[in-house]
Amino acid sequence: MAIIEFVGVNKWFDKLHVLRDVDLSIERGEVVVVIGPSGSGKSTLIRCVNRLETVQDGQVIVDGQHVEDPRTDIRRVRQEVGMVFQQFNLYPHKTVMQNITMAPIRVKKMPRAEAEKRAHELLERVGIGEKHDAYPGQLSGGQQQRVAIARALAMSPKILLFDEPTSALDPEMIKEVLDVMKDLAHTGITMVVVTHEMGFAREVANRVIFMDAGRIIEVGSPEHFFQAPEQDRTKLFLSKIL
Amino acid sequence: MRWSVLTDNLDILLQGLLVTLQVSVLAWLLAVAIGVVVALLRVTRSRAARFLGTAYVEFVRNVPLLVLIFFLFFALPDIGITLSGFWAGVIGLGVYTGAFIGEVLRSGILGVPRGQLEAALSSGLTYLQAMRLVILPQAIRTTIPPLGNQTINLIKNSSLTAAVSVFDILGTANLIGSRTFAFTPVYIGAAMLYLVLTIPAAIGVNAVERRLRIGYR
Repeated sequence: MAIIEFVGVNKWFDKLHVLRDVDLSIERGEVVVVIGPSGSGKSTLIRCVNRLETVQDGQVIVDGQHVEDPRTDIRRVRQEVGMVFQQFNLYPHKTVMQNITMAPIRVKKMPRAEAEKRAHELLERVGIGEKHDAYPGQLSGGQQQRVAIARALAMSPKILLFDEPTSALDPEMIKEVLDVMKDLAHTGITMVVVTHEMGFAREVANRVIFMDAGRIIEVGSPEHFFQAPEQDRTKLFLSKIL
Repeated sequence: MRWSVLTDNLDILLQGLLVTLQVSVLAWLLAVAIGVVVALLRVTRSRAARFLGTAYVEFVRNVPLLVLIFFLFFALPDIGITLSGFWAGVIGLGVYTGAFIGEVLRSGILGVPRGQLEAALSSGLTYLQAMRLVILPQAIRTTIPPLGNQTINLIKNSSLTAAVSVFDILGTANLIGSRTFAFTPVYIGAAMLYLVLTIPAAIGVNAVERRLRIGYR
């Protein structure tokens, strides 16, 4: 069964129609990359998964729970869905360790010692084991984003959402973040990644989704996408960025 | 001029200083509590809550403090609530300053990037947890200087309690002045005693601001 399902989803920002009749089904363990020009609705799409945005029409079903239904306890869904943001959004007044352990301690009521032990493991995994006492402001952008990934993983989510995770990084730091994401892609976690990194899409995506003007224009394997896209708009977009 | 009135009455002047300090501390605690609530009301999505917060701020800010204090002291007995001058002063000051602190905190909260709330909520925290653990600690850092100003205003405004027969610094000065007619030394002395409170408060605010900045980008 699909772990994320969009059924006939429409969304408007005032009069602006930002998601148009979106139908999408993402399987457990899939790595899906969403591409498209800016303003095409790709960030909005993934922000609907954990109800950072609400939809006005249609259904968003995440691990069997109807996110669009106001009666759904969204916090239960959010515990299953980690999110990594373009601007990292680490808590600047908390150390790296506190950033990672806050949700496990406060939401899952995990004992502090256990949460910290797990945080150390996660920091090792993202390659910055020694930085646990630093404040975010003392880290480079790439390091901050890796902490943000560790923070998202600390809740042991089933799904990870990435909203342009490398767009705010200096070029030399993009690789270190993408490497961490590639490692994650092989762990069986479901990943939905909004990005402009076509190399990443080609290498690790199971499926690529191309969006334009709020619509899903084309869905397919990376091979399909980068070798034989069907839609003219997809071809036009790819010709501009590749 | 008989400066000796100050030394002769030092004991009751210091007693007045203590009363000013008590009124100020209690009113400050009330003001911060009200301010946090008002600020949260004004940043939530609920239209009714925002209206309530805005109505409170606009009403209280635009009524003279002395009117509030007189109302609490002279009018509330009509409905069976009798407050001493001390408590009328504390509550009046707290209610009044709370509106200003609410505005300061609101702008502090709005100054925290939106992504902070999104990160906190998306990790599964409740809205109130996100506010308490993530947003307010950051908002307070940027609002320390204006909060300090409000605190100093509160200390100075506490002199209005003299009008409801509280023997704070000003009330005591009025008393000594009317007994001795040595108004010049008495009110200069009163001003000095207020400075004894407000200048350390200003220095304290700067120290807190510096300390909170450490480890913070």
